[in-house]
Amino acid sequence: MKTTYLLGAIAAATMVAGAASAQATLEAVKARGELICGSNTGLTGFGAPDANGNWAGFDVDLCRAVAAAVLGDATKVKFVPTTGETRFTALQSGEVDVLIRNSTWTASRDSELALDFVAVNYYDGQGFMVKKDLGVSSAKELDGATVCIQTGTTTELNLADFFKQNNITYQPVTIADDAEGQRQYLAGACDAYTTDASGLAASRATLPDAENHIILPEIISKEPLGPVVRHGDNNWGDIVRWTYYSLLIAEEKGITKANVEEVAASTNDEEVKRLLGLSGEMAVKFGLDNDAFKRAILAGGNYGEIFAANIGEGTSINLARGLNALWTQGGLQYAPPFR
Amino acid sequence: MALAHDAPKDSFRLSMLIYDTRYRAVTIQVFVLILVAAFFAWLLNNTIENLAIRGKEFNYGFLWQRAGYDIGQQLIPYTNDSTHFRALLVGLLNTLAVAALGCIFATILGVLIGVLRLSKNWLVSRLMTVYVEMFRNVPVLLWILLAYVILSEVTPSPRDFKAAEGVEPAASMVLGGTVAITNRGTNIPAPMVDHPLGGFEIGGIPVNFTVLAFISVIVASFWANARILTAARLKQEATGDRPTTWWKSLLVLFVPVIALSLALGLHWDIPALAGFNFKGGILVAHSFTALLVALTLYTSAFIAEIVRAGILAISKGQSEAAFALGLRPGRTMQLVILPQALRVIIPPLISQYLNITKNTSLGIAVSYLDLRGTLGGISLNQTGRELECMLLMMAIYLTLSLTISTLMNFYNKSVQLKVR
Repeated sequence: MKTTYLLGAIAAATMVAGAASAQATLEAVKARGELICGSNTGLTGFGAPDANGNWAGFDVDLCRAVAAAVLGDATKVKFVPTTGETRFTALQSGEVDVLIRNSTWTASRDSELALDFVAVNYYDGQGFMVKKDLGVSSAKELDGATVCIQTGTTTELNLADFFKQNNITYQPVTIADDAEGQRQYLAGACDAYTTDASGLAASRATLPDAENHIILPEIISKEPLGPVVRHGDNNWGDIVRWTYYSLLIAEEKGITKANVEEVAASTNDEEVKRLLGLSGEMAVKFGLDNDAFKRAILAGGNYGEIFAANIGEGTSINLARGLNALWTQGGLQYAPPFR
Repeated sequence: MALAHDAPKDSFRLSMLIYDTRYRAVTIQVFVLILVAAFFAWLLNNTIENLAIRGKEFNYGFLWQRAGYDIGQQLIPYTNDSTHFRALLVGLLNTLAVAALGCIFATILGVLIGVLRLSKNWLVSRLMTVYVEMFRNVPVLLWILLAYVILSEVTPSPRDFKAAEGVEPAASMVLGGTVAITNRGTNIPAPMVDHPLGGFEIGGIPVNFTVLAFISVIVASFWANARILTAARLKQEATGDRPTTWWKSLLVLFVPVIALSLALGLHWDIPALAGFNFKGGILVAHSFTALLVALTLYTSAFIAEIVRAGILAISKGQSEAAFALGLRPGRTMQLVILPQALRVIIPPLISQYLNITKNTSLGIAVSYLDLRGTLGGISLNQTGRELECMLLMMAIYLTLSLTISTLMNFYNKSVQLKVR
């Protein structure tokens, strides 16, 4: 008799535990009144706290746009810094709602890690940074070099492949995050530092003697970086995906943070009207308020504005749009139609 | 008396399990055991169900997939085409290398410091007190980081070894031009053989005949030497006459190894500057050295205290008796005090050895790729198999620790006081 009760209790407890982990992220975020966003531990331009402790950056602004769309307030975001090692576990375990942290979209992360990459907000590739006086002008001249590499990243695997394909050798020094990588690189513990080219540009920008360091021309991999959500909660994935696309469409249609109200009042473009919640009930179908995507645009501006403000030409990172230009301007950034 | 034994045997009732004191204890234990087992079953079931919800299954198949990453220090051949299991082995050997060397060095240093701390020389004993208090009262992680920073910041970069025209190089190799210390590591000569004996693999575990040959010859030499010394001792005890053994010992200890080296064509591969780094020889990375040095210094402070306690536990009469027999203080310590103190020293020493082994996992702080760095670090990250990797890693550390304590307990038994 006792055993029966016990087994029943076990079964019940297990079911409760199971149900809890499958709870919809949207409801959880709304109930909490705060979006928890997994971010970088500190990568200038992409996601790092500024001198006042406020998070700023290209990835951070996307987090704020999602918060604005879901909660109506771009400031209601809690940023949880994650390293290359801890980021996916943090997402899987529900510690963060969404991970927007220079994470590369790969097949195994989609399948094996049970995660969903919902979009690509930055098309990147892996590069090398070396000191100028090393006298190296190509990554293929790095035979025998010591290379600093962030552990738990795709770059680790690309690096091994690149050196093998070119029949050259290297000595890896594994490091945990960007800050330690910079320290080791500057101390001379490694000849070259490798990570995504955007990350290298960001690191280089913070060096006191940036002109003495060069980024080698070779880009040895495709690194599509984008926001990640847990596999299985499709509605939440759709919300993050379309918040991002709304910023792209806004740029395409010339809607900026400054003129969004003006456009809303004067436009006769049906897609813009749907996007800004003036006709139809597009956002409601996602489980959001109808002006959710308008609020997302108001949070930090359209994609182009976010890019220019954080990492574009003229900032210390100084990255060209390149592959990340809109498809209408020869880039890869393309949003499906909003209808 | 007879009546007491005649309790009815055939009338066992179920209620007796609770009300009869003869059975009650057993009933309670069985019940608690069931509860505990059910709790663990629940934990396991819950884990598996939650993993299933996330679309993951508990599976060790990833161990046989291509690892795809490189490891800086490898004691067995490994490339990025090897499997995750091979990476695990490389990491495990790196762990064992630090643990074994750490135990040896910490014991030597610890015994020395423990004995010196009891020295009658005021300066020596105070210096040793400072050493012990300094090292054991600061977290070992800080010592590891300090050792690493010192090693990598004060040493020259490989480029400083380059001789420019008319300019002396800023740094030069030491020990007769065979060892180069750079800010990345220490390049030491590597032993090479012209005629390797080959090897084979059992289930991914490599067996190298050349290494085996050297190990077996050396072990056999030591065993033969021990036999020679025992024979000499027996003869001395029987006749009072000790036969000369030094040339026999030298012969047995060195000739076989030299013969094997000549037969296999042993030579040394001396590192030389080529390109960015030194090529050839063995690169002992600073992460290894820093970890070893810090663990040795830290643990030796504890061992010193254990040794001191062991020595103080031996009654003063023992040393007084030894002095009365005319033994000098050094011989008294070596022949009378330490052998007796070992009985007190060994048990706590075991836990220090376990500490060293477990503390090697702190190597992650200086990017030393031990078991924690390969299986629990990169393999875990690249495959996303947290639970499998963590459980396997815990099982391996547990096995290591239990093996060490079993071996040490055997040794402990052999030095314990034998009651005849």
